[in-house]
Amino acid sequence: MNKDFIRQSVVGLKIVVVMTVMLGVAYPAAVWGVGQVAFHDKANGQIVSQGGKDVGSAIIGQDFKVKDPEWFHGRPSATDYDGLASAPSNLGPSNPDLLKSIKQRQQEIATIEGVDVSEIPADAVTASASGLDPYISPAYAALQVDRVARERGLSVSTVKALVETYTSGRQLGFLGEPKVNVLKLNLALARQ
Amino acid sequence: MNDTVSGLLTLAVLIGLLAAVYAPFGDYMARVFTTPSHWRIEKRIYRLIGVNPESEQTARSYTLSVLGFSLVSIIVLYLILVGQSLLPYDRGLPGMPWQMGLNTAVSFVTNTNWQSYGGESTLGFAAQAGGLAVQNFLSAAVGVAVAVALIRGFARSRSGELGNFWVDLVRGTLRILLPVAFVGAILLISQGAIQNFGDHTVHALSGGTQVIPGGPAASQESIKELGTNGGGFFNANSAHPFENPTPISNLLEMFFILVIPISLTRTLGTMVGSRKQGLSILGAMTFLIGVAVALTTWAEVGAHSQAARLAGGAMEGKETQFGTWLSSMFAVFTTGTSTGAVNASHDSFTPVGGGTVLVNMMLGEVSPGGVGAGIYGILIMAILTVFIAGLMVGRTPELLGKKIGRQEMTYVALYTLSVPAIVLVGIGAAIARSSTSGAMGNPGGHGFSEVVYAFTSAANNNGSAFGGITVTSDFFQLSLAAAMLLGRFVPIVFVLALAGSLARQGKVPVTAGTLPTHTPLFAGLLVGVILLITGLTFFPALALGPLAEALS
Repeated sequence: MNKDFIRQSVVGLKIVVVMTVMLGVAYPAAVWGVGQVAFHDKANGQIVSQGGKDVGSAIIGQDFKVKDPEWFHGRPSATDYDGLASAPSNLGPSNPDLLKSIKQRQQEIATIEGVDVSEIPADAVTASASGLDPYISPAYAALQVDRVARERGLSVSTVKALVETYTSGRQLGFLGEPKVNVLKLNLALARQ
Repeated sequence: MNDTVSGLLTLAVLIGLLAAVYAPFGDYMARVFTTPSHWRIEKRIYRLIGVNPESEQTARSYTLSVLGFSLVSIIVLYLILVGQSLLPYDRGLPGMPWQMGLNTAVSFVTNTNWQSYGGESTLGFAAQAGGLAVQNFLSAAVGVAVAVALIRGFARSRSGELGNFWVDLVRGTLRILLPVAFVGAILLISQGAIQNFGDHTVHALSGGTQVIPGGPAASQESIKELGTNGGGFFNANSAHPFENPTPISNLLEMFFILVIPISLTRTLGTMVGSRKQGLSILGAMTFLIGVAVALTTWAEVGAHSQAARLAGGAMEGKETQFGTWLSSMFAVFTTGTSTGAVNASHDSFTPVGGGTVLVNMMLGEVSPGGVGAGIYGILIMAILTVFIAGLMVGRTPELLGKKIGRQEMTYVALYTLSVPAIVLVGIGAAIARSSTSGAMGNPGGHGFSEVVYAFTSAANNNGSAFGGITVTSDFFQLSLAAAMLLGRFVPIVFVLALAGSLARQGKVPVTAGTLPTHTPLFAGLLVGVILLITGLTFFPALALGPLAEALS
């Protein structure tokens, strides 16, 4: 091998070592330090607890299954909300398996909510990109209010008010979609 | 406010932010690579590694530095990945198998960040922060260094030298990437990106337990976007709430993806003394990416697919808070810049939406391309454009005062042919294997598109995927590693050879017969040439994949 190339590679090795210390140790440590001081809760994943127990993260979705009628349901997840396996379904736009799943979910939701298939919003019948989507659309939340109120023996207006509390609009008034945080909403229900 | 107003306002704010920093940031980068003065910490680094920062390198020596540095980087990263169980914070995970370790090491050193593994299930924090994130910085700095060397080739006259690679690498890292990445990481934490060192098991409300993953994600996320790397800390990448928690963080990430590639056109203009040249190139880039944004958004928002029509919206593989607008924008910017980070599943996009992001990569990553790679890529296309224009009017082609002769055109032709050749040979080899159909995650034309997407993404150093395809077999691990390696360094060798030959020339004076290259007309010609080259190369593959799917 060429002598110049070997000499250059040795310089390369030295700089990789120097940079690993600066960029691989000092940099993340500095970000950690500032993050822990300035945004302690956020840097640590916004863990929420109830009754002295940690029950989840405010921005990681949980598996509230359609067969449990006393909860607000989140979106379908390709990985059943496994915290260590975030992933989408990766099913193509005309894949027969996807079309079948969508139809099946529509039927299920139409039955338990007592609505027509045409009233079901898209987020209710499609899997998210992360498999951990903490949010649903306000339309899907509205669809579930009557059923949750009935199952829990609460008034519809109480449940509606809770949904309202955990609904956030577009950030800064224009960024992103309006959304309802499912875990926070269900935690509030559990406290009722 | 409806979705359309919200989406267009977001786009307007993004463009406003980029326009505000374009001149100051572009000029700052030009100063970084032209000032004779060194920072104190830089001098210490040069002493430590034994480099004289005042010495300059020929094209050959500069190339050897790039290759030697990158080879060492691959070896070091490979050892970290396969030996991660010996490091602290390994989360009890074993080292990667050698095929995956090699693929991943090549992937991050080539600025591709193709991922055949899931971050949260495969890697400890030391391997992520001390291995992958380090290369996020360094591979980006290499791209910028090569671009600056080419710009010096145009700017200099009768010089045998292109600058000092080690100085360019250190300055690009310490003066540009590190400060912006640091501020970016803090901003992302303010939105909810995590920066800690421990997983956390919770008792889920509906019963059972859930592991809330931890890690130094924010520090990696900011450089992942800024360096147009794209490798996610988590498997779901920027769709994961801990990487990209809110629409504000989504806007920030799109800004970081675009800011260096866009502003480098200003750096080019400033360094060659023709800011209009920078603008005409930016114009061509903007036109290409604008068309891509329009097409993808039209297809996704309009729900133009079977599944989307059935569900009442193209929300499969998209996050609630990002919806179709922010997912479409992110997809186009990430594929137009060779970033490859994703906030939605491209595999589940509509045929026109997914096809557009695929074509975005096939353009050769020039709209506006990866950090550094975009500007050298489009300068190659600009040379091809003056050459074709010169043929039409029978004049010697010139660009920025340099004659484009036989030697220069040879390098340009080899550059232009190399990546498409790697892509098409790779696709051909994969399709010829009977096991490939089993690796496809979807039936029919879409399965073929997954293979086309994989090799296009790898060879163009993008790193995003039609993720349904299973790429953990030895064939895909090794063939895609080869595609990434060749797709990165073969073009770089030709770019630096071209830079050397341009630098050796004197400047030719502008005459009445010189084709002006700083005009909208030239930008239009440039767009035409890019589309022509891409169309001629990839039309057959596109016809069998996304086109067939869109028409069926």
